[in-house]
Amino acid sequence: MTALSFSLPKRWHSASVWLLYVVGLLPAAWTFYLGASDQLGADPVKTFELFLGLWALRFLILTLAISPARDLLGWNYLRYRRALGLLCFYYVVMHFAVYMVLDQALDVSAVIDDVMKRPFIMFGMAGLVLLVPLAVTSNNLSIRKLGSKWNWLHKLIYIIAACGAVHFALSTKLLDLEQYIYVGLIILMILYRSYRPIARSRKRGRNGQGGRTRPAEAAG
Amino acid sequence: AAALSAVESKYKVDEKPTPVKDVTTYNNFYEFGLDKGDPVALSGDFKPLPWTIKVDGMVNKPGTFDLDALMKEFPIESRTYRMRCVEAWSMVIPWDGFPLASLLSKVEPLGSAKYVAFETVVRPEEMPGQKGIFQSLEWPYVEGLRLDEANHPLTLLAVGLYGETLPNQNGAPIRLVVPWKYGFKGIKSIVRITLTDKEPKNTWQITNPQEYGFYANVNPAVDHPRWSQATERRIGESGFFGASRRPTLPFNGYADEVASLYAGMDLKANF
Repeated sequence: MTALSFSLPKRWHSASVWLLYVVGLLPAAWTFYLGASDQLGADPVKTFELFLGLWALRFLILTLAISPARDLLGWNYLRYRRALGLLCFYYVVMHFAVYMVLDQALDVSAVIDDVMKRPFIMFGMAGLVLLVPLAVTSNNLSIRKLGSKWNWLHKLIYIIAACGAVHFALSTKLLDLEQYIYVGLIILMILYRSYRPIARSRKRGRNGQGGRTRPAEAAG
Repeated sequence: AAALSAVESKYKVDEKPTPVKDVTTYNNFYEFGLDKGDPVALSGDFKPLPWTIKVDGMVNKPGTFDLDALMKEFPIESRTYRMRCVEAWSMVIPWDGFPLASLLSKVEPLGSAKYVAFETVVRPEEMPGQKGIFQSLEWPYVEGLRLDEANHPLTLLAVGLYGETLPNQNGAPIRLVVPWKYGFKGIKSIVRITLTDKEPKNTWQITNPQEYGFYANVNPAVDHPRWSQATERRIGESGFFGASRRPTLPFNGYADEVASLYAGMDLKANF
């Protein structure tokens, strides 16, 4: 199954990452166009807001799936993890911007009221705020400078994921199948991450490899 | 939808009606699915005619009434009401229908009757939201009003909108419209009306009693636990940009007509 990782010649790797950014932003651009040209139904602002939130969750889940995909399936897509994480961040920012500008019409006091009073908005805002330091340090310079602190900082993604799942689950009158799927996937990723160190130490015990981290670990 | 002949009524809000396209494509009708677009997309198999409504409970003259006959018996009025959904969006809808009070007086409620309970049809074969393992709500959808609310002249049994019989997605062939309450009180595709002396439960109250009560009067001062009810988005009015929110009015703007029904009541406790 490792064959999948190598199907792309190395010289195209960097181009494929850039392509991912472009393709990843297309859904937002296309839906913005639909909204601006009055083709987004009766409640276009809500539709766009929800759409951006859903895509943020999708990119979040893909970001979290990179490690398990490598561990369990041998697919090495680590080179896309930064782009996926940043795409998640961009969608969260757009989701917030639509809420702030198009939905609440820049009524700052109404937004502050929402954030202070409503757990569902609180979780969403917490996720956004926590994503900022991760986005800011998603570059090679930060990885070099922060060293092991970088790894520690980026574990915040699991708290962010939990915030996103709760925010989504609380946002509607009922939990529907779609929400069970998204929330379920996020819980699976978090559980896998908690189980991973145990699995690894067992493996180390068997192979006698000591505490070596894989060099690839720091590249995300 | 077939054309209806309706007489004009004094109940017409002086606000621009929401485009018929929005009224008929943006619906909450969980019997057909949870998305706003599901009812229009998935209600094609629903057959609203012929239709009968059973009226029973604490009445002198219970009976099962044919809808066609009721529509001949009671003059159909054209009324334009504001409609405020609990989800903080709103519309202005020209309904066609007759007052619920007309039907209630026909069956002669007993003096002991204090409440009116309503029930939606259950037809899993025609309503995809009622079929399958994953059921969103308990069926049938049920609703209730106090008898004085039910008898209020504003309380309408709608059989049409925009001068035509109700489309399936809007609650064909007959639904309740209580314009000073949140939209979920407007139970659709009604098959049974029961007069009772006990406060009936409603579906949303059963599903989540912390968030939805029996009264569900539109009230900008009482927030939904998860969002503010102070303002609303008027569907079809502003589009994508400059979607201005408008303030939500107490009793959805019908305070002059209905506030007296709740004199002395704590509306925060009775939400």
